[in-house]
Amino acid sequence: MRIRAEDLVVRYPALSEPALRGVSFDVPPGSLYAVLGPNGSGKSTLMRALLGVSPLAGGRVTLDDRPANAWSRQERARAVGAVPQAESIAFPLTTREMVAMGRYPYLGPLAPEGSADRAAVARALEACDVLALAERDLMTLSGGELQRARIARALAQEPRALVLDEPTASLDIRHEMEILELLRSAANGGMTVLLITHGLDSVVQFADRMLLLSHGAVAAEGTPAEVMREEVLREVYGWPISVHTDPRSGAPRVTPLRSNAGSNGA
Amino acid sequence: MSRWTLGVSLAVLLVVAMVLGVLFGSVPVGASELWAVLLGGGDPANRDIILQLRLPRVLLAGLVGGGLAMAGATLQALLRNPLAEPYILGMSGGASVAAVLVLSLGLAAAGSWVMPLAAFVGAVGAIVLVFRVATSASRGMDVRVLLLAGVVVAAFFSACIAFILSISSARTVQSAVLWIMGSLAAADWGDVVTAAIYTLPAGILLMALARSLNLMAIGDETAHYLGADVEGVKRVALGVAALITAAAVAVAGVIGFVGLVVPHAVRLAVGSDHRALLPLSFLGGAAFLTLADLVARVALAPAEIPVGVITAFVGVPLFLVLLRRSLGAR
Repeated sequence: MRIRAEDLVVRYPALSEPALRGVSFDVPPGSLYAVLGPNGSGKSTLMRALLGVSPLAGGRVTLDDRPANAWSRQERARAVGAVPQAESIAFPLTTREMVAMGRYPYLGPLAPEGSADRAAVARALEACDVLALAERDLMTLSGGELQRARIARALAQEPRALVLDEPTASLDIRHEMEILELLRSAANGGMTVLLITHGLDSVVQFADRMLLLSHGAVAAEGTPAEVMREEVLREVYGWPISVHTDPRSGAPRVTPLRSNAGSNGA
Repeated sequence: MSRWTLGVSLAVLLVVAMVLGVLFGSVPVGASELWAVLLGGGDPANRDIILQLRLPRVLLAGLVGGGLAMAGATLQALLRNPLAEPYILGMSGGASVAAVLVLSLGLAAAGSWVMPLAAFVGAVGAIVLVFRVATSASRGMDVRVLLLAGVVVAAFFSACIAFILSISSARTVQSAVLWIMGSLAAADWGDVVTAAIYTLPAGILLMALARSLNLMAIGDETAHYLGADVEGVKRVALGVAALITAAAVAVAGVIGFVGLVVPHAVRLAVGSDHRALLPLSFLGGAAFLTLADLVARVALAPAEIPVGVITAFVGVPLFLVLLRRSLGAR
């Protein structure tokens, strides 16, 4: 699926400044696109705007060249799986029950789950390596396990695109890398992946292109090498940052410097 | 426990409760006599007691209890909080004020639909008021404020009822006491039909929403991403819960805590899938209120305890335990 945003503007009633001011980008099918930016730069708002939670004050979103608001809820949920940043679970649920919710857009109000639904859930559990946790209560899962279960729920939607908001926040290195590898292989298999993230370093190795947001506007857009430039990052994050090339992976490495070592202080 | 095991157990319990409810009362009836009456024979006096008094009463207890339990389960899903319940949110209170008003103005004679309609308007008015108080533009809805607002609004409605009664005729006062305390003593077949007309279709509608209610457990935003019309589901489910509550109040007055106790117990046994939770809560609520009404009739016989007293004696301790637990989880 191709996800395109043109000149998105989002305003929240309680805020005088718009949360997004003219953001445009184009994510082709089968690519992994990373959205970066400091806290409050509009990353999560971007996800909500793309998928119709936050109303647009301007601009438009197209999914496969069709305006997003022309998609029915059901059509959209069959095509795009989404994992928001945080979910609080109100009642006890098992992993399998939560992942099976991914089948919601395929089922009528009173229809029982069929064999196709059970198979999709089993594949999603397997792909995210949570099959062994299927009957466990979600509240007993570790942070990494819970994130994998939530991604499994999105995969159970059998979507053509995934949008994820900081799925690797608060995970240790191995769990973070496992999730990024999973998303990369999904993209290699034709899935469009839009990944909102804080982790400058780790995602650089996986992303085809990146978007750097600052105060709701695009500060930089392009390949990791194009976006990860010292002067851009210093400006956006307001902190002295050094960028160099990792000799092993060839990817740009980002090192935040101590505040007295940089040129423009903090 | 599997949902089928629990379903069969609750159905058996309900049948036993109903048979006991018909057999026991101020005039005990033997099982063989009950059998004879159900087959069309038996002693004429016993026929009247069973067919005109006890049978409508146990059926009404079943419908009202089942309905209130489903309404409670629905409100809990919508508010993502196990403490939500028609009585605690002030819905029952709003419905009862409207019912007492209709009664004191003498409007009830206009038709059997007047009372449930007025109660529905009262229930919806109450829940809208309570939601307004608990919702702020910047922080969304605070469920703790919501529960507090519900209790305070319910207290206000009690004051309203007391005021209306103090300026009403003695005859109205006597029949209006029912709406304050909650009682099934005046049950007749008309009440059973009224309760059935509103509660059973509402139950089917809630079953159609069960999968959507499941999504509410993981939050509005995720439910939206999964394709649910979150605002639509909330509006319809809230309206249906208000309708069930209104029908229950119109025929049996304010009976609290059924919607708290029963879904909680069912959830402990079979989990939070509303496709099982709703029908099992209906069966459980029906059995619970039928038994509570039996206790209300026989505990101090020949005097009768209002059935709302019995449900509060069971429900309040559970409410306090759940409240403490919800504080501990923070």
